[in-house]
Amino acid sequence: MIAEIGAFCMALALALSLAQGVLGLRAQAAHAGAAVAVAQVAALLCGVAMACLIIVFVISDFSVSAVVSYSHIDKPLIYKIAGSWGNHEGSMLLWCAVSALFGALFASLRRGQALGLWSKAVGVQGFVTAGALIYTLALSNPFARLDPAPLQGLGLNPLLQDPALAAHPPMLYLGYVGLSIPFSLAIAALLEGRADQAWAKALRPWTLAAWTCLTIGIGLGAYWAYYELGWGGWWFWDPVENASFMPWLIACALVHSAIVTERRGSLAAWTILLSILGFGLALLGTFLVRSGVLTSVHAFAIDPGRGIAVLVLLAVAMGVGFGLYALRAHKLAKPSGFAAVSRESMLVWNNFGLSVAAGIVLIGTLYPLMVEAAGGGLISVGPPFFNLTVTPVLGALFLLLPLAPLLTWRVGNARAALKQLLPAAILALLTLGLALWFSHGRIAPAFGLAIGVWLVAGGLIYLWARVRRGEGRLIAKLALLPLAVWSMSIAHIGAGVLTIGAIGETAFRSERAVALAPGEGAEFAGRRITLLEVGEIEGPNYSATRANFRVDQAGRAAALSAERRFYPTSNTPTTEVGILGDLDGDLYIALGEALRDRPGVWTVRLYHNPVVQLIFIGTIMLAIGGALSLLALARRRKDGPA
Amino acid sequence: MSWLTSLLIAATAGAALGDPAQEARALSLEREIRCVQCENEPIAQSTADIAADMRALVRERIAAGDSDAEIREFFRARYGDFVLFRPPMDGRTWLLWLAPLLLAGGGGLAIARMRRDGAPGEPEEGDR
Repeated sequence: MIAEIGAFCMALALALSLAQGVLGLRAQAAHAGAAVAVAQVAALLCGVAMACLIIVFVISDFSVSAVVSYSHIDKPLIYKIAGSWGNHEGSMLLWCAVSALFGALFASLRRGQALGLWSKAVGVQGFVTAGALIYTLALSNPFARLDPAPLQGLGLNPLLQDPALAAHPPMLYLGYVGLSIPFSLAIAALLEGRADQAWAKALRPWTLAAWTCLTIGIGLGAYWAYYELGWGGWWFWDPVENASFMPWLIACALVHSAIVTERRGSLAAWTILLSILGFGLALLGTFLVRSGVLTSVHAFAIDPGRGIAVLVLLAVAMGVGFGLYALRAHKLAKPSGFAAVSRESMLVWNNFGLSVAAGIVLIGTLYPLMVEAAGGGLISVGPPFFNLTVTPVLGALFLLLPLAPLLTWRVGNARAALKQLLPAAILALLTLGLALWFSHGRIAPAFGLAIGVWLVAGGLIYLWARVRRGEGRLIAKLALLPLAVWSMSIAHIGAGVLTIGAIGETAFRSERAVALAPGEGAEFAGRRITLLEVGEIEGPNYSATRANFRVDQAGRAAALSAERRFYPTSNTPTTEVGILGDLDGDLYIALGEALRDRPGVWTVRLYHNPVVQLIFIGTIMLAIGGALSLLALARRRKDGPA
Repeated sequence: MSWLTSLLIAATAGAALGDPAQEARALSLEREIRCVQCENEPIAQSTADIAADMRALVRERIAAGDSDAEIREFFRARYGDFVLFRPPMDGRTWLLWLAPLLLAGGGGLAIARMRRDGAPGEPEEGDR
């Protein structure tokens, strides 16, 4: 019964979303109230449907096909709940629900936007939600019944039974679907033939919110990979990771280009193009990843219905977007009016770097599929390609970054800005020299570290320059600093911190495999690691072999344990690594197997990941920067235009 | 895999190479060779038996004095291009390797064209 209520709510929501689309696109003042009400009810219905899905997962209703495939009676409650969106069908419903929710929020928070642009955006958003609902209802209905109902479910992949990964998909989806509002606004602007500063102002908070959610989502995924996959990797340029990184890059470009459009009215056409592209990549991220097409074109053959539907949806959204863009964008072109050295030009180069990076990631991710489809056999495009191509682009972008905030709009003074940045340049060159010296001439990582230091020092210099301008004591000066300055500085310094962490970890990690019997120890990375004992333990839905270690370093001792778990339901082993953080990085221990010829002796893989914490601290700073910037926009809105 | 080889691998897979430079080479190669059985995993990460087999093979080749390029070629000859995360440079992939330059060049041209219109005017202060 609950499942039928859920499916019924989805069908009703579909009808209402279509009504929202039609009412919105007609853009008549008399219908504005109705469009808002319809959007709100559609969001409510999608919320009820999502709640129904969570309930059937919590009560383990095995007459529902999705519950059978992804749940199990013995699974802890939190993963029963997370299981509801941890599968293709449920995640599509979540997508619809978020899309409807954002549509209702956007419709309700009109705040002086012009009727035509606002109403048409509400309408486009209605059609976006409707498209997703049609796909979900027709091809991946989470409420589909199974007859006869089995007594037990198959369980969720144990690798996914993890707090970070329970939160990872909803955050990504908030980000992906968040990009649907800029898309709707872009289409509305093209339909209306105008994109003014008020339009850009309406676009910015949604872009920022989407980017912040994507940052958190990707960060959670990377952190999960780091501690769960058992080899210390946190980013592997995997198609699935790339699928979330591309919309992130474009959203990041959009966050910056929308500033130019709002402040100076220029770059409107480019901002629109980015909005369309960002949503297209978000669609690619959700649909292609979830339908498995990215792994191989053969996934198409297994489930052609879904694959083709995905392509149709993508083609409709992008076809409408780019078609309108080709017809109307020239109407929106405005003389740019800025010098080669100015705040605008820096933001243009920012957009150049981020977009080229996104383009390379897109081509690299899809290339193996194209080669395979063209009969060229199987090839892999992985980290060696992306590290060689994307990293230098981002590096060049980061070289320019500290200059941007120090330049004025329209015409900037490069010499003055560079003079201000002199201490940062000296620090970066010192880092370069030291890194070259200590790494025996490894050029690429040394440059990477220097760029990270340049970003952090440059960000601090800008912050200090702004603080010094204030009046009164230091505390008063700090308190008077606009939130927008804080948010930008924290995000930019965070990018530097992340760079230092990423380069430091990737280039200077060390690892070693040892065979240890209880009581034996090994010297590694300036520590002595002793295996104390190995025992069997029982978890709620798994059994595990746990090894306890003692780590001695500089007169201090710490305890650490690592496990190999086995989940009988899905017949899958997983590793739970032991991680001991210290100032110089993480000691990371993964328990291997017992040696077959020497019972009681275990292989243990030891890793030392220097400055790895900076990767996650930098990511958190990026997210805080985004959140504060959102807060700054909200405040400004309350106080009236600044 | 026979019982005997699995025993051999269990005995050798964990063994680190004596020379730290060789060990570092092994670890870095293990991150760019793809496990042929798993879904998009390097052999460094995979827990599959075949990955352990392949890791042992990397160490064996290094101990035998092969260069990194020779080891990559060894795996490519055995398992095809698919096994290397570094795509080959040939008729199928020239577009892939050129793509970054094409994208950067196209973007640069677009910016140069855009810059030509409009006069800058006076400098303007601002928080953002």
